[in-house]
Amino acid sequence: MARMKFLCDAERCIECNGCVTACKQEHEIPWGVNRRRVVTINDGVPGERSISVACMHCSDAPCMAVCPVDCFYKTEEGVVLHDKDLCIGCGYCFYACPFGAPQFPQTGAFGVRGKMDKCTFCAGGPEPDRSDAEFQKYGRNRLAEGKLPACAEMCSTKALLGGDGDTIANIYRDRVMHRGKGGEVWGWATAYKLPPAGAQQGVPGTGAPGAAPAPAAPPQGAKS
Amino acid sequence: MITMRTMAAIVAAAALALAGCGERPQVINYKQGTYQGKPDTPAYKNAPFNGNKQQWDNAIDTRMQAQNEYARIRD
Repeated sequence: MARMKFLCDAERCIECNGCVTACKQEHEIPWGVNRRRVVTINDGVPGERSISVACMHCSDAPCMAVCPVDCFYKTEEGVVLHDKDLCIGCGYCFYACPFGAPQFPQTGAFGVRGKMDKCTFCAGGPEPDRSDAEFQKYGRNRLAEGKLPACAEMCSTKALLGGDGDTIANIYRDRVMHRGKGGEVWGWATAYKLPPAGAQQGVPGTGAPGAAPAPAAPPQGAKS
Repeated sequence: MITMRTMAAIVAAAALALAGCGERPQVINYKQGTYQGKPDTPAYKNAPFNGNKQQWDNAIDTRMQAQNEYARIRD
């Protein structure tokens, strides 16, 4: 098993916030803390794109580098986790993170910072696996149950992929090969285009010699 | 005839012009700290996998492949 990563397909994300809700529900996250959120660019404008963002479990994580108490560690699956018993809530990790992943619960009326909370890739933390203490501090440990993160598994359009970086990259590549690229990506069939019957890519005789492959026909009942 | 003052001005101008070539990289190289917290166990260590990494790998791989609907609906 290599590195656990998230990959969000902006062509498929419909900004339903199902991933955010799944995360909150799975780990019983308090108000004010969003381990995952959906960011939309050019909202309301034709061509808008949404992407689901959380901790990206960086290979060279800046939060690990700047933490003054060294409370971060990386599991053998490449998941970046931290020890809340050691965290002092200084916020350096928040400033260092390019994704705004670290969250700080507002524990009082004057905005006192609590201990940092972030996406754990549903891998819990440094407490006994699947114990109450682990759930209270870090949320559910789905990896120990042989499951992937709730956000990725709950994604209705499968825009958000989670798992081994190489595997989900292959899934995404397979997807792009089917739906085409550039000018081929058009209309309702953009995200879910199926290959026309008997016209697989690379099979000779499916198009005019020397011509670019014809755009695939939309699925039955689809409009473009 | 180039005077000493002119020569000094030329040398100063050349030094100023070349100063841009001596720019140092401004990227900080962070040094990773050493984890000071409690140890954690691998995901496959406890029940239900009880240390069987192969079984855990298979379970995770099955879940990962389930995310590829082209593999599920093809033919």
